[in-house]
Amino acid sequence: MTMSSGEAGLLSEPPLLEVDGLFVEFRTRDGVARVLNGVSYTVDAGETLAVLGESGSGKSVTAQAIMGILDVPPAVVTGGEIRYRGENLLAASEERRTEVRAQGIAMIFQDALSALNPVFTVGFQIEEQLRVRLGMTRKEARARAVELLDLVRIPHATRRVRQYPHEFSGGMRQRAMIAMSLALDPDVLIADEPTTALDVTVQAQIMDLLAEIQAERRMGLILITHDLGVVAEVADRISVMYAGRIVEHADAPSLYRRPGHPYTAALMDSLPRLDLKGAELNTIKGLPPSLLNIPPGCPFHPRCLMAQDLCRTDVPTGHRLGLGRTSACHFAEELVRSV
Amino acid sequence: MSESLATEPILQVRDLVKHFPVRVGVLFKHTIGHVRAVDGVSFDLHRGETLGVVGESGCGKSTLAQVLMRLEPPTSGSARFQGRDMFAMRGAELRRLRRSIQIVLQDPYTSLNPRMTVGDIVGEPFEIHPEVAPKGSRSAKVRDLLDVVGLNPEHLNRYPHQFSGGQRQRIGIARALALRPDVIICDEPVSALDVSIQAQVMNLLAELQSDFGLSYVFIAHDLSVVRHLSDRVAVMYLGKIAEIGTEDEIYDHPTHPYTQALLSAVPVADPTVRGQRQVIRLEGDVPSPVDPPSGCRFRTRCWKAQEICAESEPELATRGAGHPSACHFAEERSVVP
Repeated sequence: MTMSSGEAGLLSEPPLLEVDGLFVEFRTRDGVARVLNGVSYTVDAGETLAVLGESGSGKSVTAQAIMGILDVPPAVVTGGEIRYRGENLLAASEERRTEVRAQGIAMIFQDALSALNPVFTVGFQIEEQLRVRLGMTRKEARARAVELLDLVRIPHATRRVRQYPHEFSGGMRQRAMIAMSLALDPDVLIADEPTTALDVTVQAQIMDLLAEIQAERRMGLILITHDLGVVAEVADRISVMYAGRIVEHADAPSLYRRPGHPYTAALMDSLPRLDLKGAELNTIKGLPPSLLNIPPGCPFHPRCLMAQDLCRTDVPTGHRLGLGRTSACHFAEELVRSV
Repeated sequence: MSESLATEPILQVRDLVKHFPVRVGVLFKHTIGHVRAVDGVSFDLHRGETLGVVGESGCGKSTLAQVLMRLEPPTSGSARFQGRDMFAMRGAELRRLRRSIQIVLQDPYTSLNPRMTVGDIVGEPFEIHPEVAPKGSRSAKVRDLLDVVGLNPEHLNRYPHQFSGGQRQRIGIARALALRPDVIICDEPVSALDVSIQAQVMNLLAELQSDFGLSYVFIAHDLSVVRHLSDRVAVMYLGKIAEIGTEDEIYDHPTHPYTQALLSAVPVADPTVRGQRQVIRLEGDVPSPVDPPSGCRFRTRCWKAQEICAESEPELATRGAGHPSACHFAEERSVVP
């Protein structure tokens, strides 16, 4: 199902969702933080794109820009486009954006307890959008809410629909939020660290549920996470982010077999393993750069073992590494060959 | 390691229980039940050893840490530190105990006082235990400690907010090391950190252990992290130990169904094994520790459960296998690919 972005996409219809060269700045008292520096990715129907990165890499900000829920100010979009079925959302009216939100693109968040409103029942929060956006009566909306809770496998849905978020366990709250995001039948679902706050057995349940719903509805799924394990289990394609840039795009098997960027390679190396008690872990020396002061050249060069003079001066752009693979490293070809 | 196993354990915990009362009412408070956070836990910790404690949220692993730190009194049970009853200690002996057992907390953002400089935070233990460092030598000691944990000693006068998460966790570790403890309880020390930073802190913990001969109780929910650092591992479920053994026994030869399910649910960072791995899917959530199931506490989610599991509670005993497991039907099954 994974159609590689680029030429194939241009000839037929436009991709379902396309982020193209997005720049976002946060104008703060301490200066201008360059949070996104030309981020591009695409998602098609029925496809899972994983956006992998550590805290501060810009993965959540990209999602917020897509949803139009950035805090403005301090955030300012300074360049690029976000196209949904070919339409640039950044140029669309606020009414149109509201329409696309939830009906076109929906989002679920990491912390379900703070994403849900504690003073309304779970049912009310699902029904509200059905009544406002689809003009359903209270009764119709309640029936649909129960169906949705059933769909995400919440037991005793007719009783649960009348309960408040605090009466749900962590895993159930995440299910309720998934139900809510599906209410208006979106084409694209953005899941921002959906299982990070959950225990591993519950995480497995939620990831199964997401994968199943996505396959059934042929949704495009953008999975934002820092967990290399979760990504390996579900992703078709992966975009790795570092300091507000995409450093590598690849399909999942190739990325894990032969990482095309030193950052991805180092990240995989620093992972403790379940199947053996290793000796010392490989680490990435130093810290991610401050976004207020991103180093010139490749932003990863101060921490990179392969860095040369070229890396300190020239910003690497996408090096093609075969079908649908790119890497923002001057020495990507050497790296892939050496692994 | 092998010689030290023969000597007396530094910490001996037996049948440790901690219940918290659930109280309701405004004027006339009364107790309607108890949260059985820790409900009969026993283990030994040897000198220079790391005991990993894994389990999901609510299994009682952090309460265990608090009781071992003597921050909470136990409901019943005993713990001996170097052969002496920890919970009977008073006065000078208790002060010595507090020096010997230290803790590193999970959240480096809330566990450091934002109004104190790093020097004051790391040096504060010396104010309470002045016998460890006479007044004149403190600043030199603090610099040493910062150096040991890989921070720049010149940053003594900075405040916590000027440091990143990983650096703050190093400050917390320096503070724990200040009094030259024998045992450090690490309560989820790396779970708030990014992968690349997590590896740095794990390496530091391993290095400090071999340099100072520390014993760790390493509490975490991440099974890969625990395996990496632990010599022995205890798996907890609803306040009890389900299975305990060496790192190899637990990960490569698990016999308790809960351990097997837990291990099989960990996502593996290799897309080529996708769909081929056998994953044991548990249904439902962990039951409430206020009213745990009768008999075996895991039976409500267990695929092996029989009548006997509801009637009698399985003891943590060696059932043919090489290590103790609290299951009537304990049977080895390899789940880690």
